[in-house]
Amino acid sequence: MTLNTAPTATAVRQVPQAAQPKRRKGKSAYPYWFYLPAAVIYTALFLVPTVVSFFFSLTRWNLNEFTFIGLDNFVQFFQEPALIRGLTNTFIYGIVTSVLKVVLGMLLAVLLTSQIIARGYLRSVMFFPVLLSSIGVGIVFTALMDPRNGMINEGLAAIGIQGPAWLTDPAWALLSVALVDVWKGVGLATVIYIAGIVSIPQEYFEAAKMDGASSFKSFFNITLPLARPATATVIILSLIGGLRSFDLIWAMTKGGPGFTSDVIASVIYKQYQAGFYGLSTAGNVVLFLIVTAIVLPLSMFLNRKEVEQ
Amino acid sequence: MTTALKRYGLGVLAIAVSIVVFIIPLLFMVLTAVKDRKEAAKLDFAWPTNFQFVENFTAVLSARKFMLVTAFINSTILTVVSVTILVILAAMVAWVLQRRKSRWNGVANFLILSGLIIPPAIVPTIWVLQGMGLFKTLPGLILIEVAFGLSFCVMLFRAFIASIPKELDEAAVIDGCGPVRLFFRVIFPLLRSVIVTVIVVQSVHIFNDFQNPLYFLPGDANATVQLTLFNFQSQFTTNYNLLFMNILLITVPPFIMYLFFNRQIVAGMTAGAVKG
Repeated sequence: MTLNTAPTATAVRQVPQAAQPKRRKGKSAYPYWFYLPAAVIYTALFLVPTVVSFFFSLTRWNLNEFTFIGLDNFVQFFQEPALIRGLTNTFIYGIVTSVLKVVLGMLLAVLLTSQIIARGYLRSVMFFPVLLSSIGVGIVFTALMDPRNGMINEGLAAIGIQGPAWLTDPAWALLSVALVDVWKGVGLATVIYIAGIVSIPQEYFEAAKMDGASSFKSFFNITLPLARPATATVIILSLIGGLRSFDLIWAMTKGGPGFTSDVIASVIYKQYQAGFYGLSTAGNVVLFLIVTAIVLPLSMFLNRKEVEQ
Repeated sequence: MTTALKRYGLGVLAIAVSIVVFIIPLLFMVLTAVKDRKEAAKLDFAWPTNFQFVENFTAVLSARKFMLVTAFINSTILTVVSVTILVILAAMVAWVLQRRKSRWNGVANFLILSGLIIPPAIVPTIWVLQGMGLFKTLPGLILIEVAFGLSFCVMLFRAFIASIPKELDEAAVIDGCGPVRLFFRVIFPLLRSVIVTVIVVQSVHIFNDFQNPLYFLPGDANATVQLTLFNFQSQFTTNYNLLFMNILLITVPPFIMYLFFNRQIVAGMTAGAVKG
Protein backbone atom coordinates (compact mmCIF):
# COMPACT_ATOMS: atom_id res chain seq x y z
CA MET A 1 0.00 0.00 0.00
CA THR A 2 2.47 2.62 1.14
CA LEU A 3 4.90 1.42 -1.48
CA ASN A 4 2.41 2.28 -4.21
CA THR A 5 1.51 5.73 -2.99
CA ALA A 6 5.09 6.88 -2.49
CA PRO A 7 6.06 7.50 -6.15
CA THR A 8 2.97 9.58 -6.95
CA ALA A 9 3.50 11.72 -3.88
CA THR A 10 7.05 12.49 -4.90
CA ALA A 11 6.04 13.35 -8.43
CA VAL A 12 3.77 16.04 -7.09
CA ARG A 13 6.25 17.32 -4.59
CA GLN A 14 9.22 17.59 -6.85
CA VAL A 15 7.85 20.70 -8.53
CA PRO A 16 7.90 23.12 -5.58
CA GLN A 17 11.09 21.56 -4.36
CA ALA A 18 12.84 22.36 -7.58
CA ALA A 19 11.49 25.91 -7.53
CA GLN A 20 12.96 26.84 -4.18
CA PRO A 21 15.39 24.17 -3.11
CA LYS A 22 17.45 26.16 -0.64
CA ARG A 23 14.61 27.38 1.55
CA ARG A 24 13.07 23.95 1.93
CA LYS A 25 16.29 22.26 2.69
CA GLY A 26 17.24 24.55 5.52
CA LYS A 27 13.84 24.95 7.08
CA SER A 28 12.19 21.58 7.46
CA ALA A 29 11.56 20.81 11.09
CA TYR A 30 12.01 17.14 10.24
CA PRO A 31 15.45 16.81 8.69
CA TYR A 32 16.37 13.69 6.80
CA TRP A 33 19.73 13.47 8.52
CA PHE A 34 17.84 12.17 11.55
CA TYR A 35 17.68 8.91 9.61
CA LEU A 36 21.40 8.89 9.06
CA PRO A 37 22.94 7.29 12.18
CA ALA A 38 20.32 4.54 12.33
CA ALA A 39 20.52 4.01 8.57
CA VAL A 40 24.31 3.64 8.64
CA ILE A 41 24.27 1.01 11.40
CA TYR A 42 21.30 -0.82 9.91
CA THR A 43 22.77 -0.84 6.42
CA ALA A 44 26.25 -1.90 7.43
CA LEU A 45 25.28 -4.65 9.86
CA PHE A 46 21.96 -5.88 8.55
CA LEU A 47 21.26 -4.96 4.93
CA VAL A 48 24.75 -5.48 3.53
CA PRO A 49 25.18 -8.91 5.16
CA THR A 50 21.72 -9.95 3.98
CA VAL A 51 22.45 -8.94 0.39
CA VAL A 52 25.96 -10.39 0.21
CA SER A 53 24.75 -13.63 1.80
CA PHE A 54 23.13 -14.46 -1.54
CA PHE A 55 26.50 -14.18 -3.23
CA PHE A 56 28.61 -15.95 -0.60
CA SER A 57 26.12 -18.82 -0.41
CA LEU A 58 27.37 -19.70 -3.90
CA THR A 59 31.00 -19.93 -2.83
CA ARG A 60 33.44 -21.91 -0.77
CA TRP A 61 34.69 -19.29 1.59
CA ASN A 62 37.02 -18.63 4.53
CA LEU A 63 36.22 -14.91 5.13
CA ASN A 64 39.33 -13.84 3.22
CA GLU A 65 39.10 -15.58 -0.09
CA PHE A 66 36.37 -17.43 -1.90
CA THR A 67 35.92 -19.83 -4.78
CA PHE A 68 32.74 -19.63 -6.77
CA ILE A 69 31.09 -23.06 -6.82
CA GLY A 70 27.61 -22.28 -8.09
CA LEU A 71 24.71 -24.02 -6.43
CA ASP A 72 26.79 -26.80 -4.84
CA ASN A 73 26.06 -25.63 -1.30
CA PHE A 74 22.33 -25.72 -1.90
CA VAL A 75 22.56 -29.09 -3.60
CA GLN A 76 24.35 -30.38 -0.53
CA PHE A 77 21.71 -28.81 1.67
CA PHE A 78 18.97 -30.74 -0.05
CA GLN A 79 20.89 -34.01 -0.37
CA GLU A 80 22.67 -34.71 2.88
CA PRO A 81 20.24 -36.50 5.24
CA ALA A 82 21.42 -34.51 8.28
CA LEU A 83 20.69 -31.23 6.54
CA ILE A 84 17.33 -32.35 5.15
CA ARG A 85 16.38 -33.41 8.65
CA GLY A 86 17.22 -29.92 9.84
CA LEU A 87 14.93 -28.52 7.18
CA THR A 88 11.90 -30.65 8.04
CA ASN A 89 12.52 -30.20 11.75
CA THR A 90 12.39 -26.43 11.29
CA PHE A 91 8.90 -26.73 9.82
CA ILE A 92 7.74 -29.15 12.50
CA TYR A 93 9.12 -26.97 15.28
CA GLY A 94 7.63 -23.78 13.85
CA ILE A 95 4.22 -25.29 13.27
CA VAL A 96 3.96 -27.20 16.56
CA THR A 97 4.97 -24.21 18.67
CA SER A 98 2.73 -21.77 16.77
CA VAL A 99 -0.35 -23.98 16.85
CA LEU A 100 0.04 -24.74 20.54
CA LYS A 101 0.66 -21.09 21.39
CA VAL A 102 -2.41 -19.98 19.43
CA VAL A 103 -4.73 -22.59 20.90
CA LEU A 104 -3.47 -22.45 24.48
CA GLY A 105 -3.03 -18.68 24.40
CA MET A 106 -6.61 -18.21 23.23
CA LEU A 107 -8.06 -20.59 25.81
CA LEU A 108 -6.05 -19.08 28.64
CA ALA A 109 -6.98 -15.55 27.56
CA VAL A 110 -10.69 -16.42 27.53
CA LEU A 111 -10.26 -17.97 30.96
CA LEU A 112 -8.37 -14.96 32.30
CA THR A 113 -10.88 -12.44 30.96
CA SER A 114 -13.80 -14.33 32.51
CA GLN A 115 -14.95 -13.82 36.07
CA ILE A 116 -12.69 -16.32 37.83
CA ILE A 117 -10.74 -15.76 41.01
CA ALA A 118 -7.01 -15.00 41.18
CA ARG A 119 -6.76 -13.61 37.67
CA GLY A 120 -3.90 -11.28 38.57
CA TYR A 121 -1.86 -14.10 40.05
CA LEU A 122 -2.49 -16.39 37.08
CA ARG A 123 -1.58 -13.72 34.59
CA SER A 124 1.67 -12.85 36.35
CA VAL A 125 2.81 -16.40 36.88
CA MET A 126 2.10 -17.34 33.30
CA PHE A 127 3.88 -14.36 31.84
CA PHE A 128 7.03 -14.56 33.96
CA PRO A 129 8.78 -17.33 31.92
CA VAL A 130 8.74 -14.99 28.92
CA LEU A 131 11.40 -12.95 30.69
CA LEU A 132 13.63 -15.88 31.60
CA SER A 133 16.67 -16.63 29.52
CA SER A 134 16.31 -19.52 27.09
CA ILE A 135 19.55 -21.03 28.31
CA GLY A 136 18.39 -21.03 31.92
CA VAL A 137 15.01 -22.50 31.02
CA GLY A 138 16.73 -25.08 28.83
CA ILE A 139 19.01 -26.24 31.64
CA VAL A 140 16.21 -26.41 34.21
CA PHE A 141 14.03 -28.48 31.89
CA THR A 142 16.90 -30.71 30.89
CA ALA A 143 17.07 -31.62 34.57
CA LEU A 144 13.30 -31.98 34.88
CA MET A 145 13.14 -34.16 31.78
CA ASP A 146 15.93 -36.47 32.87
CA PRO A 147 14.72 -39.91 31.81
CA ARG A 148 15.92 -41.71 34.95
CA ASN A 149 15.28 -39.45 37.90
CA GLY A 150 13.78 -36.31 36.36
CA MET A 151 10.71 -34.95 38.09
CA ILE A 152 8.47 -35.14 35.04
CA ASN A 153 8.85 -38.88 34.62
CA GLU A 154 8.65 -39.46 38.37
CA GLY A 155 5.43 -37.50 38.42
CA LEU A 156 4.06 -39.46 35.49
CA ALA A 157 5.09 -42.73 37.09
CA ALA A 158 3.18 -41.74 40.22
CA ILE A 159 -0.04 -41.69 38.21
CA GLY A 160 0.88 -44.85 36.37
CA ILE A 161 2.22 -43.49 33.11
CA GLN A 162 5.56 -44.57 31.73
CA GLY A 163 7.07 -41.31 30.45
CA PRO A 164 9.22 -41.24 27.33
CA ALA A 165 12.95 -40.61 27.50
CA TRP A 166 12.30 -37.03 26.32
CA LEU A 167 15.54 -35.44 25.17
CA THR A 168 17.47 -38.66 24.71
CA ASP A 169 14.78 -40.37 22.63
CA PRO A 170 15.21 -39.48 18.93
CA ALA A 171 11.46 -39.57 18.40
CA TRP A 172 10.77 -37.19 21.28
CA ALA A 173 13.77 -34.84 21.40
CA LEU A 174 12.47 -32.17 19.03
CA LEU A 175 8.97 -32.33 20.44
CA SER A 176 10.30 -32.02 23.99
CA VAL A 177 12.15 -28.83 23.12
CA ALA A 178 9.07 -27.53 21.32
CA LEU A 179 6.97 -28.16 24.45
CA VAL A 180 9.46 -26.23 26.59
CA ASP A 181 9.34 -23.43 24.02
CA VAL A 182 5.56 -23.35 24.44
CA TRP A 183 5.94 -23.33 28.23
CA LYS A 184 8.20 -20.31 27.95
CA GLY A 185 6.21 -18.45 25.29
CA VAL A 186 2.55 -19.15 26.00
CA GLY A 187 2.39 -16.24 28.43
CA LEU A 188 3.17 -13.79 25.65
CA ALA A 189 0.49 -15.28 23.40
CA THR A 190 -1.95 -15.06 26.31
CA VAL A 191 -1.36 -11.39 27.07
CA ILE A 192 -1.62 -10.55 23.36
CA TYR A 193 -4.98 -12.34 23.23
CA ILE A 194 -6.10 -10.65 26.44
CA ALA A 195 -5.36 -7.26 24.86
CA GLY A 196 -7.36 -8.32 21.81
CA ILE A 197 -10.33 -9.67 23.76
CA VAL A 198 -10.50 -6.70 26.11
CA SER A 199 -10.78 -4.37 23.12
CA ILE A 200 -13.99 -6.08 21.96
CA PRO A 201 -16.98 -3.94 23.04
CA GLN A 202 -18.80 -5.57 25.93
CA GLU A 203 -22.18 -4.76 24.31
CA TYR A 204 -21.73 -7.52 21.75
CA PHE A 205 -21.55 -10.16 24.45
CA GLU A 206 -24.53 -8.65 26.27
CA ALA A 207 -26.61 -8.55 23.10
CA ALA A 208 -25.70 -12.15 22.29
CA LYS A 209 -26.69 -13.17 25.79
CA MET A 210 -30.03 -11.39 25.41
CA ASP A 211 -30.63 -13.36 22.24
CA GLY A 212 -29.95 -16.54 24.15
CA ALA A 213 -26.53 -17.41 22.72
CA SER A 214 -24.57 -19.97 24.68
CA SER A 215 -21.04 -19.12 25.78
CA PHE A 216 -19.75 -21.48 23.08
CA LYS A 217 -21.70 -19.61 20.45
CA SER A 218 -20.52 -16.22 21.59
CA PHE A 219 -16.94 -17.49 21.64
CA PHE A 220 -17.07 -18.73 18.07
CA ASN A 221 -19.16 -15.88 16.68
CA ILE A 222 -17.83 -12.90 18.62
CA THR A 223 -14.53 -13.51 20.38
CA LEU A 224 -12.82 -15.55 17.70
CA PRO A 225 -13.56 -13.31 14.69
CA LEU A 226 -13.10 -10.02 16.55
CA ALA A 227 -9.83 -11.10 18.11
CA ARG A 228 -8.41 -11.74 14.65
CA PRO A 229 -5.72 -9.01 14.87
CA ALA A 230 -4.48 -10.71 18.03
CA THR A 231 -4.52 -14.10 16.31
CA ALA A 232 -2.57 -12.63 13.41
CA THR A 233 0.02 -11.16 15.79
CA VAL A 234 0.41 -14.40 17.73
CA ILE A 235 0.73 -16.56 14.62
CA ILE A 236 3.22 -14.25 12.92
CA LEU A 237 5.30 -13.70 16.05
CA SER A 238 5.51 -17.36 17.00
CA LEU A 239 6.21 -18.47 13.45
CA ILE A 240 9.05 -15.99 13.06
CA GLY A 241 10.42 -17.01 16.46
CA GLY A 242 9.85 -20.73 15.92
CA LEU A 243 11.40 -20.98 12.47
CA ARG A 244 14.52 -19.12 13.60
CA SER A 245 14.70 -20.83 16.98
CA PHE A 246 18.19 -21.64 18.18
CA ASP A 247 18.89 -20.85 21.85
CA LEU A 248 16.61 -23.39 23.44
CA ILE A 249 17.55 -26.22 21.07
CA TRP A 250 21.22 -25.51 21.50
CA ALA A 251 20.92 -25.42 25.29
CA MET A 252 18.90 -28.63 25.54
CA THR A 253 20.00 -31.07 22.83
CA LYS A 254 22.58 -29.38 20.58
CA GLY A 255 20.60 -30.96 17.76
CA GLY A 256 20.99 -34.45 19.17
CA PRO A 257 20.66 -37.34 19.67
CA GLY A 258 22.53 -37.66 16.39
CA PHE A 259 21.00 -34.88 14.35
CA THR A 260 17.38 -35.77 15.10
CA SER A 261 16.54 -32.43 16.67
CA ASP A 262 18.65 -30.21 14.41
CA VAL A 263 16.93 -27.19 12.90
CA ILE A 264 18.31 -24.87 10.24
CA ALA A 265 19.58 -22.39 12.83
CA SER A 266 21.61 -25.09 14.59
CA VAL A 267 22.87 -26.44 11.25
CA ILE A 268 24.07 -22.92 10.43
CA TYR A 269 25.99 -22.81 13.69
CA LYS A 270 27.48 -26.28 13.27
CA GLN A 271 28.66 -25.55 9.73
CA TYR A 272 30.09 -22.24 10.91
CA GLN A 273 31.98 -23.98 13.71
CA ALA A 274 33.30 -26.56 11.26
CA GLY A 275 34.58 -23.76 9.03
CA PHE A 276 32.17 -24.33 6.14
CA TYR A 277 31.29 -20.66 5.83
CA GLY A 278 29.76 -20.97 2.39
CA LEU A 279 27.51 -23.82 3.45
CA SER A 280 26.58 -21.99 6.64
CA THR A 281 25.63 -18.92 4.61
CA ALA A 282 23.61 -21.09 2.25
CA GLY A 283 21.72 -22.27 5.33
CA ASN A 284 21.04 -18.64 6.16
CA VAL A 285 19.70 -18.03 2.67
CA VAL A 286 17.46 -21.11 2.92
CA LEU A 287 16.16 -19.90 6.28
CA PHE A 288 15.58 -16.43 4.83
CA LEU A 289 13.60 -17.87 1.93
CA ILE A 290 11.54 -20.16 4.14
CA VAL A 291 10.68 -17.46 6.66
CA THR A 292 9.76 -14.94 3.97
CA ALA A 293 7.85 -17.47 1.88
CA ILE A 294 5.74 -18.45 4.88
CA VAL A 295 5.39 -15.26 6.85
CA LEU A 296 4.81 -12.70 4.09
CA PRO A 297 1.83 -14.38 2.36
CA LEU A 298 0.41 -15.36 5.72
CA SER A 299 0.55 -11.86 7.13
CA MET A 300 -0.95 -10.45 3.94
CA PHE A 301 -3.74 -13.01 4.13
CA LEU A 302 -4.45 -12.35 7.78
CA ASN A 303 -4.44 -8.60 7.29
CA ARG A 304 -6.65 -8.65 4.21
CA LYS A 305 -9.40 -10.43 6.10
CA GLU A 306 -9.21 -7.71 8.65
CA VAL A 307 -9.83 -4.97 6.07
CA GLU A 308 -12.87 -6.76 4.69
CA GLN A 309 -14.65 -6.62 8.00
CA MET B 1 -25.18 -20.82 41.13
CA THR B 2 -23.42 -21.79 37.97
CA THR B 3 -21.56 -18.50 37.84
CA ALA B 4 -20.30 -18.98 41.39
CA LEU B 5 -19.29 -22.52 40.55
CA LYS B 6 -17.50 -21.31 37.47
CA ARG B 7 -15.85 -18.45 39.31
CA TYR B 8 -14.44 -20.58 42.10
CA GLY B 9 -14.32 -24.03 40.54
CA LEU B 10 -12.49 -22.97 37.41
CA GLY B 11 -10.35 -20.58 39.42
CA VAL B 12 -9.20 -23.24 41.85
CA LEU B 13 -8.57 -25.65 39.00
CA ALA B 14 -6.54 -23.03 37.15
CA ILE B 15 -4.52 -22.24 40.26
CA ALA B 16 -3.78 -25.92 40.80
CA VAL B 17 -2.64 -26.38 37.21
CA SER B 18 -0.56 -23.21 37.33
CA ILE B 19 1.23 -24.46 40.45
CA VAL B 20 2.13 -27.75 38.81
CA VAL B 21 3.11 -26.27 35.46
CA PHE B 22 4.76 -22.98 36.41
CA ILE B 23 5.46 -22.68 40.14
CA ILE B 24 7.06 -26.09 40.69
CA PRO B 25 9.70 -25.75 37.94
CA LEU B 26 10.62 -22.29 39.23
CA LEU B 27 10.69 -23.47 42.81
CA PHE B 28 12.72 -26.49 41.78
CA MET B 29 15.28 -24.12 40.32
CA VAL B 30 15.49 -22.06 43.50
CA LEU B 31 15.63 -25.08 45.81
CA THR B 32 18.30 -26.85 43.80
CA ALA B 33 20.40 -23.70 43.83
CA VAL B 34 20.67 -23.76 47.62
CA LYS B 35 21.23 -27.50 48.07
CA ASP B 36 24.54 -29.24 48.54
CA ARG B 37 26.05 -31.15 45.68
CA LYS B 38 24.80 -34.59 46.64
CA GLU B 39 21.21 -33.60 47.20
CA ALA B 40 21.11 -31.51 44.05
CA ALA B 41 22.28 -34.47 41.98
CA LYS B 42 19.13 -36.39 42.92
CA LEU B 43 17.09 -33.83 40.95
CA ASP B 44 14.36 -34.20 43.55
CA PHE B 45 11.73 -31.68 44.47
CA ALA B 46 12.59 -31.76 48.13
CA TRP B 47 13.35 -29.27 50.85
CA PRO B 48 17.16 -28.99 51.23
CA THR B 49 18.44 -30.51 54.49
CA ASN B 50 21.32 -28.09 54.73
CA PHE B 51 21.12 -24.70 53.13
CA GLN B 52 24.21 -23.74 51.22
CA PHE B 53 23.16 -20.43 49.83
CA VAL B 54 26.32 -18.55 50.77
CA GLU B 55 28.69 -21.36 49.81
CA ASN B 56 27.08 -21.91 46.43
CA PHE B 57 26.87 -18.19 45.84
CA THR B 58 30.58 -17.60 46.44
CA ALA B 59 31.55 -20.78 44.59
CA VAL B 60 29.68 -19.71 41.48
CA LEU B 61 31.01 -16.17 41.58
CA SER B 62 34.62 -17.20 42.08
CA ALA B 63 34.56 -20.04 39.56
CA ARG B 64 37.10 -19.68 36.76
CA LYS B 65 38.68 -16.50 38.13
CA PHE B 66 35.45 -14.66 38.84
CA MET B 67 34.22 -15.20 35.33
CA LEU B 68 30.61 -14.55 36.30
CA VAL B 69 31.52 -11.15 37.74
CA THR B 70 33.26 -10.21 34.49
CA ALA B 71 30.25 -11.49 32.61
CA PHE B 72 27.87 -9.39 34.69
CA ILE B 73 29.96 -6.29 34.03
CA ASN B 74 30.10 -7.03 30.31
CA SER B 75 26.40 -7.75 30.07
CA THR B 76 25.56 -4.58 31.95
CA ILE B 77 27.71 -2.45 29.65
CA LEU B 78 26.28 -4.21 26.61
CA THR B 79 22.69 -3.74 27.76
CA VAL B 80 22.95 -0.14 28.95
CA VAL B 81 24.91 1.19 25.98
CA SER B 82 22.96 -0.57 23.26
CA VAL B 83 19.59 0.31 24.77
CA THR B 84 20.62 3.97 25.11
CA ILE B 85 21.72 4.12 21.46
CA LEU B 86 18.59 2.25 20.38
CA VAL B 87 16.23 4.61 22.18
CA ILE B 88 17.79 7.77 20.75
CA LEU B 89 18.27 6.56 17.17
CA ALA B 90 14.91 4.78 16.93
CA ALA B 91 13.05 7.79 18.32
CA MET B 92 14.76 10.08 15.79
CA VAL B 93 13.83 7.80 12.89
CA ALA B 94 10.28 7.27 14.10
CA TRP B 95 9.70 10.98 14.56
CA VAL B 96 10.79 12.03 11.06
CA LEU B 97 9.11 8.99 9.54
CA GLN B 98 5.80 9.76 11.23
CA ARG B 99 5.84 13.53 10.59
CA ARG B 100 7.38 13.96 7.17
CA LYS B 101 5.57 12.19 4.38
CA SER B 102 8.02 11.70 1.54
CA ARG B 103 9.34 9.30 -1.04
CA TRP B 104 11.43 7.67 1.67
CA ASN B 105 8.48 6.49 3.72
CA GLY B 106 7.72 3.51 1.52
CA VAL B 107 11.35 2.45 1.53
CA ALA B 108 11.67 2.96 5.27
CA ASN B 109 8.51 0.97 6.02
CA PHE B 110 9.73 -1.84 3.84
CA LEU B 111 13.11 -1.89 5.60
CA ILE B 112 11.50 -1.88 9.03
CA LEU B 113 9.31 -4.82 8.08
CA SER B 114 12.36 -6.64 6.69
CA GLY B 115 14.18 -6.11 9.97
CA LEU B 116 11.32 -7.75 11.85
CA ILE B 117 11.07 -10.79 9.59
CA ILE B 118 14.44 -11.58 8.03
CA PRO B 119 16.79 -13.74 10.08
CA PRO B 120 20.22 -12.05 10.11
CA ALA B 121 22.86 -13.63 7.86
CA ILE B 122 25.47 -14.70 10.38
CA VAL B 123 28.75 -15.30 8.58
CA PRO B 124 28.41 -12.30 6.25
CA THR B 125 27.80 -10.16 9.34
CA ILE B 126 31.02 -11.50 10.82
CA TRP B 127 32.73 -10.67 7.53
CA VAL B 128 31.50 -7.06 7.73
CA LEU B 129 32.47 -6.77 11.39
CA GLN B 130 35.92 -8.11 10.63
CA GLY B 131 36.31 -5.58 7.84
CA MET B 132 35.45 -2.85 10.33
CA GLY B 133 37.85 -4.30 12.89
CA LEU B 134 34.99 -4.83 15.36
CA PHE B 135 34.69 -8.62 15.36
CA LYS B 136 35.06 -10.10 18.86
CA THR B 137 34.79 -6.68 20.48
CA LEU B 138 32.12 -5.34 22.78
CA PRO B 139 31.48 -2.23 20.62
CA GLY B 140 30.90 -4.56 17.67
CA LEU B 141 28.29 -6.55 19.59
CA ILE B 142 26.66 -3.33 20.78
CA LEU B 143 26.25 -2.17 17.19
CA ILE B 144 24.84 -5.59 16.27
CA GLU B 145 22.23 -5.40 19.00
CA VAL B 146 21.33 -1.89 17.86
CA ALA B 147 21.02 -2.96 14.22
CA PHE B 148 18.83 -5.95 15.06
CA GLY B 149 16.66 -4.06 17.55
CA LEU B 150 15.97 -0.92 15.52
CA SER B 151 12.91 -2.18 13.63
CA PHE B 152 10.97 -3.15 16.71
CA CYS B 153 11.81 0.08 18.54
CA VAL B 154 10.97 2.32 15.59
CA MET B 155 7.61 0.58 15.34
CA LEU B 156 6.80 1.20 19.00
CA PHE B 157 7.90 4.84 18.88
CA ARG B 158 6.06 5.51 15.66
CA ALA B 159 2.72 4.33 16.99
CA PHE B 160 3.15 6.59 20.00
CA ILE B 161 4.34 9.66 18.08
CA ALA B 162 1.21 9.47 15.92
CA SER B 163 -0.76 10.41 19.02
CA ILE B 164 1.24 13.61 19.72
CA PRO B 165 -0.46 16.62 18.07
CA LYS B 166 1.53 18.15 15.25
CA GLU B 167 0.52 21.65 16.42
CA LEU B 168 3.08 21.26 19.17
CA ASP B 169 5.92 21.04 16.65
CA GLU B 170 4.52 23.98 14.73
CA ALA B 171 4.31 26.16 17.82
CA ALA B 172 7.88 25.32 18.73
CA VAL B 173 9.10 26.06 15.20
CA ILE B 174 7.33 29.44 15.20
CA ASP B 175 9.07 30.23 18.46
CA GLY B 176 12.36 29.69 16.63
CA CYS B 177 13.16 26.15 17.61
CA GLY B 178 15.58 24.29 15.33
CA PRO B 179 15.00 20.63 14.54
CA VAL B 180 17.55 19.36 17.05
CA ARG B 181 16.19 21.45 19.87
CA LEU B 182 12.62 20.69 18.86
CA PHE B 183 13.29 17.00 19.00
CA PHE B 184 15.43 16.73 22.12
CA ARG B 185 13.79 19.45 24.21
CA VAL B 186 10.15 19.28 23.15
CA ILE B 187 9.37 15.88 21.67
CA PHE B 188 11.76 13.55 23.48
CA PRO B 189 10.42 14.37 26.98
CA LEU B 190 6.89 13.71 25.73
CA LEU B 191 7.86 10.20 24.72
CA ARG B 192 8.64 9.23 28.30
CA SER B 193 6.12 6.45 28.72
CA VAL B 194 7.02 4.71 25.47
CA ILE B 195 10.74 5.20 26.22
CA VAL B 196 10.27 3.33 29.48
CA THR B 197 8.55 0.52 27.58
CA VAL B 198 11.32 0.33 24.98
CA ILE B 199 14.04 0.39 27.63
CA VAL B 200 12.48 -2.36 29.70
CA VAL B 201 11.60 -4.68 26.83
CA GLN B 202 14.91 -4.25 25.04
CA SER B 203 17.03 -4.56 28.20
CA VAL B 204 15.46 -7.88 29.06
CA HIS B 205 15.85 -9.00 25.47
CA ILE B 206 19.51 -8.01 25.13
CA PHE B 207 20.45 -9.21 28.62
CA ASN B 208 18.97 -12.62 27.77
CA ASP B 209 20.48 -12.74 24.29
CA PHE B 210 22.57 -15.82 23.68
CA GLN B 211 22.90 -16.27 19.94
CA ASN B 212 24.51 -12.94 19.10
CA PRO B 213 27.21 -13.05 21.80
CA LEU B 214 27.89 -16.66 20.81
CA TYR B 215 28.63 -15.66 17.23
CA PHE B 216 30.01 -12.16 17.52
CA LEU B 217 31.74 -12.08 20.90
CA PRO B 218 33.29 -15.48 21.58
CA GLY B 219 36.11 -15.89 24.06
CA ASP B 220 36.31 -15.90 27.85
CA ALA B 221 37.58 -12.36 28.26
CA ASN B 222 34.39 -10.91 26.82
CA ALA B 223 31.90 -13.42 28.16
CA THR B 224 28.33 -12.29 28.72
CA VAL B 225 26.11 -13.86 31.38
CA GLN B 226 24.23 -16.17 29.02
CA LEU B 227 27.45 -17.42 27.41
CA THR B 228 28.99 -18.01 30.83
CA LEU B 229 25.98 -20.00 31.91
CA PHE B 230 26.18 -22.05 28.73
CA ASN B 231 29.87 -22.79 29.29
CA PHE B 232 29.22 -23.69 32.92
CA GLN B 233 26.69 -26.23 31.70
CA SER B 234 29.41 -28.43 30.24
CA GLN B 235 31.77 -27.73 33.12
CA PHE B 236 29.38 -28.26 36.03
CA THR B 237 27.57 -31.38 34.86
CA THR B 238 27.98 -32.93 38.27
CA ASN B 239 27.32 -29.75 40.23
CA TYR B 240 23.66 -29.04 39.61
CA ASN B 241 23.55 -26.81 42.67
CA LEU B 242 26.17 -24.43 41.24
CA LEU B 243 24.63 -24.51 37.78
CA PHE B 244 21.23 -23.62 39.19
CA MET B 245 22.71 -20.93 41.41
CA ASN B 246 24.11 -19.39 38.26
CA ILE B 247 20.67 -19.51 36.62
CA LEU B 248 19.16 -17.98 39.74
CA LEU B 249 21.65 -15.11 39.72
CA ILE B 250 21.13 -14.18 36.09
CA THR B 251 17.37 -14.38 36.56
CA VAL B 252 17.46 -11.68 39.21
CA PRO B 253 17.79 -8.62 36.88
CA PRO B 254 14.84 -9.60 34.64
CA PHE B 255 12.83 -10.48 37.74
CA ILE B 256 13.42 -7.03 39.25
CA MET B 257 12.42 -5.46 35.94
CA TYR B 258 9.26 -7.53 36.00
CA LEU B 259 8.38 -6.50 39.55
CA PHE B 260 8.64 -2.81 38.81
CA PHE B 261 7.68 -2.55 35.13
CA ASN B 262 5.18 -5.35 34.66
CA ARG B 263 2.71 -3.03 32.95
CA GLN B 264 5.22 -1.51 30.51
CA ILE B 265 6.62 -4.90 29.55
CA VAL B 266 3.19 -6.25 28.72
CA ALA B 267 2.30 -3.02 26.87
CA GLY B 268 5.44 -3.20 24.77
CA MET B 269 5.09 -6.82 23.93
CA THR B 270 1.42 -6.67 23.04
CA ALA B 271 1.79 -3.57 20.85
CA GLY B 272 0.01 -4.24 17.61
CA ALA B 273 -2.31 -6.86 19.05
CA VAL B 274 -5.33 -4.63 18.75
CA LYS B 275 -4.57 -2.73 15.58
CA GLY B 276 -2.73 -5.53 13.86
